[in-house]
Amino acid sequence: MTDESRTKPILVFAYGNPSRGDDALGPAMYELIEQQQQKAGLFADVALLTDFQLQIEHATDLQQRQQVIFIDASLTASPPYEFHPVLPEQDLSYTTHAMSPGAVLYVYQQINRQPPPPAYMLSIRGYAFRLGEPISRRARSHLQTAFEFLMRGQVLNLAEPADTWP
Amino acid sequence: MTDQLETAQHPEKLQRVVIEPLTRVEGHGKVTLLLDDANHIKQARLHIVEFRGFEKFVQGRPYWELPVLVQRLCGICPVSHHLVAAKATDMLVGATQLTPAAEKIRRLMHYGQTLQSHALHFFYLCSPDLLFGFDDEVRHRNIVGVIEDHPEIAKQGVLLRKYGQEVIRVTAGKRVHGTGAIPGGVNKSISREEREYLRKDIDQVIAWSQAAVELIKQIFSEQFDYHMAFATIDSNMMSMIRSDGAFDIYHGGLRAKDPNGQTIFDHVDHNAYEQYLREGVKSWSYMKFPFIQSLGSEDGWYRVGPLARVNNCDFFTTPLAEQERKAFRDVGQGRPVQASLAYHWARLIELLYCAEAIKELLFDDDLLSDDLLVKGDMQARGIGVLEAPRGTLFHHYEIDADGLVEKANLIVSTTNNNQAMNESIRQVANHYLDGKQLTEPLLNQIEVAIRAYDPCLSCATHALGKMPLEVQLLDSEGVLVDRLQKRADGAIGTPADHENSG
Repeated sequence: MTDESRTKPILVFAYGNPSRGDDALGPAMYELIEQQQQKAGLFADVALLTDFQLQIEHATDLQQRQQVIFIDASLTASPPYEFHPVLPEQDLSYTTHAMSPGAVLYVYQQINRQPPPPAYMLSIRGYAFRLGEPISRRARSHLQTAFEFLMRGQVLNLAEPADTWP
Repeated sequence: MTDQLETAQHPEKLQRVVIEPLTRVEGHGKVTLLLDDANHIKQARLHIVEFRGFEKFVQGRPYWELPVLVQRLCGICPVSHHLVAAKATDMLVGATQLTPAAEKIRRLMHYGQTLQSHALHFFYLCSPDLLFGFDDEVRHRNIVGVIEDHPEIAKQGVLLRKYGQEVIRVTAGKRVHGTGAIPGGVNKSISREEREYLRKDIDQVIAWSQAAVELIKQIFSEQFDYHMAFATIDSNMMSMIRSDGAFDIYHGGLRAKDPNGQTIFDHVDHNAYEQYLREGVKSWSYMKFPFIQSLGSEDGWYRVGPLARVNNCDFFTTPLAEQERKAFRDVGQGRPVQASLAYHWARLIELLYCAEAIKELLFDDDLLSDDLLVKGDMQARGIGVLEAPRGTLFHHYEIDADGLVEKANLIVSTTNNNQAMNESIRQVANHYLDGKQLTEPLLNQIEVAIRAYDPCLSCATHALGKMPLEVQLLDSEGVLVDRLQKRADGAIGTPADHENSG
């Protein structure tokens, strides 16, 4: 079976629960990027994935990628968003099934016995996460700002070296 | 007997210990223990966040949205909610019998979901306790420790889960937020190309599933008496069953047996569930306590999930799982196996069954048919039942003339197991913690008992932040006397200790 998304060099993994207020920021960014791919033909090198939360098997989605961008809502990021590299790290948190991006990279490293692809975290500031609520007005504004950051092209374009990003 | 540990006689004179949040369970729950001055346990309770918010969430929404909407209830078993809501909406649209293609595609999706969920539970959440021991160094007692010490086991767990999710992707259209099941059937068949893709790895998946069953049998045999005694309680058990008594997790009647294996009820139509089951309330918990009506609330509580299903069924339809069921049954020596840790064993027999059942379906040409949808006369009431990975799951909807949801009632697996989990932690508290100075390994034993049930307390959000495990000692006035924290690196100490150590 052909699954074109598996062979694309850049993986954007936007996660969160679309029915829990600002937790939907990740899935909402997924939709914005997907629209650009479908309507404008942009981001041809980008494979898009989404899920409620990161899990151990997502390490297998990193294979054969040249670059990975995780996108999530954050209660602690400085508004409107933070963007920074992610390195492999052991996940010793105890509260949930969910894993951190660093832990997923660590699992990749342990399973494959090789370093993971370069990875970055785009954390969009959110405020309210109640079931059934829409994305808050402030968070939606941050989403748009973060999207414009991605649209500028550097992050989702392999031709642009990372050290030139804003 | 541990019944007396549900409510202490003079709680005002006791110290209170809180284990919150519980680790390696989905969502947020807490355990409270009341101790006297000599650390004797006087009360033990498990508290779980209630799910009623979800029922309100769907009110006023059109019925056809339900199978997609309810997937958002839970990030761990969205496919179970998707399918059971689809079964309920089948009734709403008067679809009393699906086409063979639709039912088999839904079954394939369900087996994929159960396979991936069981793989997650065993390999990721529970194998660290079982492989390394409940009192292993906490920094090592996690999935990363398994990856480092047992890389082949960990890899098989990851790939089993991945395969299950590929089955979901093929049948539901997407790996998450799929739309495969719709009222009256499904919206896509399986292509030959997709079938070949899934066939390619299924023999390997079956072999890994067999290895997983062998692993749990080996773990049990190494400390057989201990594993059979830990958190063990005598309980009734309820599950769905096929009309001929075969194991079936997609459709069938309800069967309940007592602790000795005697039938309480059998082949009950799920539409009549309210006549057989009641939901009790307790003043100290937001979560309800279901029980079998004919036995009353004191004696009628029951267990659901893999342990109940494997004990209750007469046989598996697939040869390897049936062989393992017989070996499992022999352990009970004529009674249902009541050991709570046997949930893991039963879960892996089900994992093997799902792998075999997936293979059978992948060689059934009905999957390729385009005859996918039936409809009948609209009904105002629809009830769906399914055996989700963690146990029996009910969705009950009533709609108005415009097709909008007026009433919703969900009984999720974890609610069904509420009393049983409380009984199990009381058994552990009574046998292993009583009179001892509490330490992280001892408190972990409480969590091991809860994790055996694989409770999903999910709110399906991860943005609430990471909280350390905290144990509080309060005096009779509720004033904080002492406090211990388990930090993310596993260290235990007072908050001041952690501050000083950086």
